[in-house]
Amino acid sequence: MARALMSNPGRWAGVGLILLGLCWTLAAQVAWAGDAQHFVRPGSKAATLGGCVEATPFMRRNHMELIKHQRDITVHQGIRGARYSLAGCIDCHVSHTADGQAVAINSKQQFCYACHAFAAVKVDCFDCHAAVPRGGPLSAAASGQGATSERDPRGE
Amino acid sequence: MKRIVYREWHIPPARYWGILGILVSVMALGGLAALYLEHEGHWVTGMNNFVVWGVPHVFAVFLIVAASGAINVASIATVFGKGAYLPLGRLSGLLAVTLLIGGLLILVLDLGRPDRLLVALTHYNLRSIFAWNIYFYTGFVALVIAYLWSMADRMGARFKHTLGVLAFGWRLALTTATGSIFGFLVARQAFDTAFLAPMFVIMSLAYGLAIFILVLMFTFHQEERVLGDQLLRRLKNLLGVFVAAVLYFTLVYYLTKAYGAKNYDLVGWLLFGGGGYSILLWIGWILIGTLVPLAMFWHPRTRRDRRFIAVACALVILGGLAALYVILIGSQVYPLQIFPGQTILDSGFADGIKVADSTYHPSLPELLLGLGGVAVALFLTAVGVRVLQFLPDSLADAELPADTEEPSAGKVSYVDDLATG
Amino acid sequence: MMKHPDETIDQGRRDWFGLAAAATAAVAAPGVILHLASANTAPEAQPASSAVRWGLLIDTNKCTSGCRDCVDACDRENGLDLQTKPPTEAPTAWADQKAVWVRKVKLADGLTGRVTNLPLMCQHCEHPPCVDVCPTGASFKRADGIVMVDRHICIGCRYCMMACPYQARSFIHQPMHDQLTRVPRGKGCVESCNLCVSRRDHGLPSTACADACTAAGKGAIVFGDLKDPASPISLALKAMPSRQLREDLALNTGVRYKGV
Ligand code: SF4
Ligand code: SF4
Repeated sequence: MARALMSNPGRWAGVGLILLGLCWTLAAQVAWAGDAQHFVRPGSKAATLGGCVEATPFMRRNHMELIKHQRDITVHQGIRGARYSLAGCIDCHVSHTADGQAVAINSKQQFCYACHAFAAVKVDCFDCHAAVPRGGPLSAAASGQGATSERDPRGE
Repeated sequence: MKRIVYREWHIPPARYWGILGILVSVMALGGLAALYLEHEGHWVTGMNNFVVWGVPHVFAVFLIVAASGAINVASIATVFGKGAYLPLGRLSGLLAVTLLIGGLLILVLDLGRPDRLLVALTHYNLRSIFAWNIYFYTGFVALVIAYLWSMADRMGARFKHTLGVLAFGWRLALTTATGSIFGFLVARQAFDTAFLAPMFVIMSLAYGLAIFILVLMFTFHQEERVLGDQLLRRLKNLLGVFVAAVLYFTLVYYLTKAYGAKNYDLVGWLLFGGGGYSILLWIGWILIGTLVPLAMFWHPRTRRDRRFIAVACALVILGGLAALYVILIGSQVYPLQIFPGQTILDSGFADGIKVADSTYHPSLPELLLGLGGVAVALFLTAVGVRVLQFLPDSLADAELPADTEEPSAGKVSYVDDLATG
Repeated sequence: MMKHPDETIDQGRRDWFGLAAAATAAVAAPGVILHLASANTAPEAQPASSAVRWGLLIDTNKCTSGCRDCVDACDRENGLDLQTKPPTEAPTAWADQKAVWVRKVKLADGLTGRVTNLPLMCQHCEHPPCVDVCPTGASFKRADGIVMVDRHICIGCRYCMMACPYQARSFIHQPMHDQLTRVPRGKGCVESCNLCVSRRDHGLPSTACADACTAAGKGAIVFGDLKDPASPISLALKAMPSRQLREDLALNTGVRYKGV
């Protein structure tokens, strides 16, 4: 969250508003406790599972810390597919349309968007990261499936 | 000994607001350009993977370099004990801060991720001269503000000399470090020389003083305050010396470059074959920015005429922008010599096979961003002189303090007293 | 229909999901933190090690004019083929602004006229100027010698691009949408060849460019561990003269060339 806030310099005037939003979020957490599955989208893998990689309330408050910590390990040490990898989050939480297409996880009413809009915290993960699983951890060429382009792999 | 009296800049409100209005409009355009750039990405600019720093950086480096030159006027009084410059110290400090802020703003807004400014302030790579510059710039602003306080407040007066010396040393370090941003680039033939550091120091003296004189003349003229002929002559002569020094450094820079056989092509290209860049070098930098102003400063017909002095200062500034354009962009446009002795026939990435001249076309948003930074600097200056006592009431020659052999620290008669203003 | 291997990888996570699903069908009780057993020995769980130094050897005698299989393979591997020119931009301007991690260069010797073809990418310098100049430390060298950009802290100042003697880096000039999961990339950051870092992390033997070159029957690119005296790249370097580009700068590059 700190990082997301950082990405809005020049909005110091809005700091008061953000603080207000934080209090609101805190209060809302209480309400959310009885509402665990609310933001998990039907049609995502997560909807079929009993829980996240950590307990749900913990994830709610700390997912950004886990992801941030993991990102440094992945980028600098090359550890992939770990428990807290963002790719894993997306894989599990992305929902699909009736014809099986993945829906961008940060789009309206989807998993990331719903809470973040509510908490008024900007997510900038998806400036760089794919918002749907695309291409897998290894290329088709690397996994011996021939060198085809991955342009729009969602389609046929 | 008379006290120096400072007064706010009280030109008629209509004119003042008019000036602010113009500056704010330019700032707004610059702001819009920055937003546009941030939203669309840098593809809307002429910058690309070869010329990675463009017009915004020309303006930014110019302002930053000029900022460290502007403080020089105060240093001359405090460090070198020239009494006549004493009343100019406050304006000198103000300009140093505002020019630096304008320049830094351009740099920051041109970043690919300006939203990550805080990252830049919290992650340091101490091997990077760029990271060092973040300290140099913020430290400079803090130091000059303290220095201004010591000039304006009785309490501060006893620190004035120390702060003045410190600011002088700091600005030398700052400009050296700014020059080193380029001088340390071993990859690029035209940079890759420690010579750029002192050259930037000399340039800073010239450009900072030119801006200072123009601002001084303009503010005094607008309010009909007295600006003594003697003082102006001294300032002008000093600028002349600085401009000539830049010319000398320019000569030596190209001569040393031309000395190594591996650089024949580069120097030949820059001086003669570089199309627009060569024209800019000869016409913009050497002729308009150096020889013409020097002639105006010293020709018996023009040297006393204030209009000519003002025009000459403006030319020095334009010449400075041209010089930095050639140094910054020309040096990037000239292809890297990855394969000495080989001609590149074909490349998937245009390594020097294009007419080098055409790899960069400055775009409007870049220009607006650069001008926006200039407007910010001038806006802050205009507000500063209006609300605080930066400008001496009179700079009539008779009222100027005499030069001292000893630096002026502790001489009560020179304490610039806010209360008397 | 494209099939992606993502369903078969990421095993640790999937194991856990199985376990979790079996253990409880209800909401996990708040405060209960489940732990995965096991020290994972899969390559992707091992940190990059300084016991290896990855490098490339390019035999320009085998590289041919007009072939760009390595470039295309790199583009596909890293999703660079998914970049699109902003609709209103001139193609010539786009050519200078789009990201290029590896490029083909064709040279003629000024004296003899001998023509050489070669691919040019980040040389993975041991003493990388790009890393030295980066103000935030975003440009960094991994333990295994791969030089890359941590896009999370890159501020997009482009100083590294000024510093690179090989013009190996690209700046992302336009907003990105269709990135690949394994190669996150976005507007405003700098990037360059990372020796197919996701392949390295999964313990695969080669890079996309080297594979493509071999598949094309040229075999001009050898990838391997420069620190392992028995690796094919070390043996080849020992057997034949090779050089570094701009060796005058003493950067000790990880990419070496034969025949230039
Ligand atoms: S080739 Fe360029 S980008 Fe690659 S490590 Fe060396 S300096 Fe850095
Ligand atoms: S563009 Fe990014 S990686 Fe390159 S020097 Fe700047 S912050 Fe470092």
